[in-house]
Amino acid sequence: MTDQATQNQTVNYTAMQINQEVKRTLRKERINAAIRYGVLLLTGLIMLYPLAWMVSAAFKPNYEIFTSMSLIPKEFSWDGFINGWKTGTEYTFARFFLNTFAYVIPKVILTVISSTIVAFGFARFDIPFKKFWFTTLIATILLPQSVLLIPQYLMFREMGMLDSYMPLYLPMAFATQGFFVFMLIQFLRGLPTDMEEAAMIDGCNSFQLLWYIVVPILKPAIISVALFQFMWSVNDFLGPLIYISSVEKYPIALALKLSIDVTEGAQWNEILAMASIAIVPSIVVFLIAQNYFIEGVTAGGVKG
Amino acid sequence: MYENRKLGLAYISPYIIGLVVFTAFPFISSLIISFTDYDLISTPSFVGVDNYAYMLGDETFYKSLGVTFAYVFLTIPLKLAFALFIAFVLNFKLRGIKFFRTAYYIPSILGSSVAIAVLWRAIFSLDGLLNTFIGYLGIPPVAWLGEPHFAMLSVTLLRVWQFGSAMVIFLAALQSVPQSQYEAAMIDGASKWHMFTKITIPLITPVIFFNFIMQTTQAFQEFTAPYVITAGGPAKSTYLFSLYIYETAFKYFDMGYGSALAWVLFIIVAIFTSISFKSSKYWVFYSGDKGGKND
Repeated sequence: MTDQATQNQTVNYTAMQINQEVKRTLRKERINAAIRYGVLLLTGLIMLYPLAWMVSAAFKPNYEIFTSMSLIPKEFSWDGFINGWKTGTEYTFARFFLNTFAYVIPKVILTVISSTIVAFGFARFDIPFKKFWFTTLIATILLPQSVLLIPQYLMFREMGMLDSYMPLYLPMAFATQGFFVFMLIQFLRGLPTDMEEAAMIDGCNSFQLLWYIVVPILKPAIISVALFQFMWSVNDFLGPLIYISSVEKYPIALALKLSIDVTEGAQWNEILAMASIAIVPSIVVFLIAQNYFIEGVTAGGVKG
Repeated sequence: MYENRKLGLAYISPYIIGLVVFTAFPFISSLIISFTDYDLISTPSFVGVDNYAYMLGDETFYKSLGVTFAYVFLTIPLKLAFALFIAFVLNFKLRGIKFFRTAYYIPSILGSSVAIAVLWRAIFSLDGLLNTFIGYLGIPPVAWLGEPHFAMLSVTLLRVWQFGSAMVIFLAALQSVPQSQYEAAMIDGASKWHMFTKITIPLITPVIFFNFIMQTTQAFQEFTAPYVITAGGPAKSTYLFSLYIYETAFKYFDMGYGSALAWVLFIIVAIFTSISFKSSKYWVFYSGDKGGKND
């Protein structure tokens, strides 16, 4: 009888103890979660505040911009956009936008086509000296491009292509960005081949195989490639800086650089207005397709 | 997998052509040009190792090299450590993870653009946003872009601000660490910190290595940010190597010396990369079941 009482007591006691322990852990967990959210929010603020500030500054009159950190203009004004759009040149900013897409779009298309074809070759065929070619592919990813800059410039000069967009996109027709080929190879290796085998037995040739079976399955990866190439090309500065010399052919990157060079004692509202517009295509494309980016980034990295 | 070797060769032929024309040929040419004196107008003349000999006594060369190393060794640890830290925090299956991931990734897609470099100038200039902010705290304005150390810091911070892409890769790696590993350690009474250093870190070393290599080779070639934000100044304190190569070749039209500089950069990066790969045998662990997947 007494024996059972003690036993009951012990059980009660341990239950209480466990209860307390659980409570303590929960409280600790809650504090930890709060700290985590604090860190994440602060980081998020540091990440996004500069961008938000840039856009808001574009709507402020010039004298107001650096007087406060507020994101809401005291005096709302479109002047930054209106005058910035006119630019200091004889062209409007629209011209620079169109110029940018005039080489970014061919660049993206050529990259996608050539990288897919080459990746298909690498992933599915037995090729003479395959190891060697694959090694060169990895080597080109790691090779500092600056070592190629001067001879490539001389080469394009020889071909009479300076001050045109050709040097910016022509090399893409030959799968010269190894990173993309590598990314697609990695995707292809992870895909089962039974569908392709079945199609081959049914008498498909390899090109039909690529077009009707591989490309549809590979679509997410191909979209990732297109998106990355789009972002990188829109952002690219050194390429246009070297090859494009006449203002009428300037892309956004060069136009923005020009705007801060010309106006010392700068009209920051105009500059920041145009910088805000300049990042719109990238932001829109990213928000629409961000899952492809995340997948692309992680596939290249984790599976590598 | 498919037997037809000629067909395979046909499929990769664009790559082979590109490799020869746009990579291998320029690569060799640049070595040859580095032994010449060429200003784009007169015919190139062979000068032997003159360019390299000149480099040995060139103060700008040493300055630029030092600045580049400082930049790389400041940026990479900061960026990767921060990326890993945030990935670690995000990995706690918190609500709103998608929102944070998006917010953190956006700077990565914009960061290398001129627009953001321009923004950076607006933030760090003498009458810029940062000085407005520290003014609230009663701190007098600092010449962020006018004082060598601060200028370097400003340019570095732009890179660190772009930690998102490295973070996303870390996060995916963390998520792929099997939960069973932690459970086993928990039963053994391991602390969180112990689990992180003894289980998580070793398991994600391949990804740390990947991020390290990619980020480092990129950082060695950084151009846009220093060129637009500081133009290499003040007193060449942010005059990264790629700025020196660019100005030598395309401002002073000294193609020979520019190529020599480019080759030195190439050799430095090559040595650095090969040391990294060699050392990776000792600290990068590829889990057994995935071994040999690369073939």
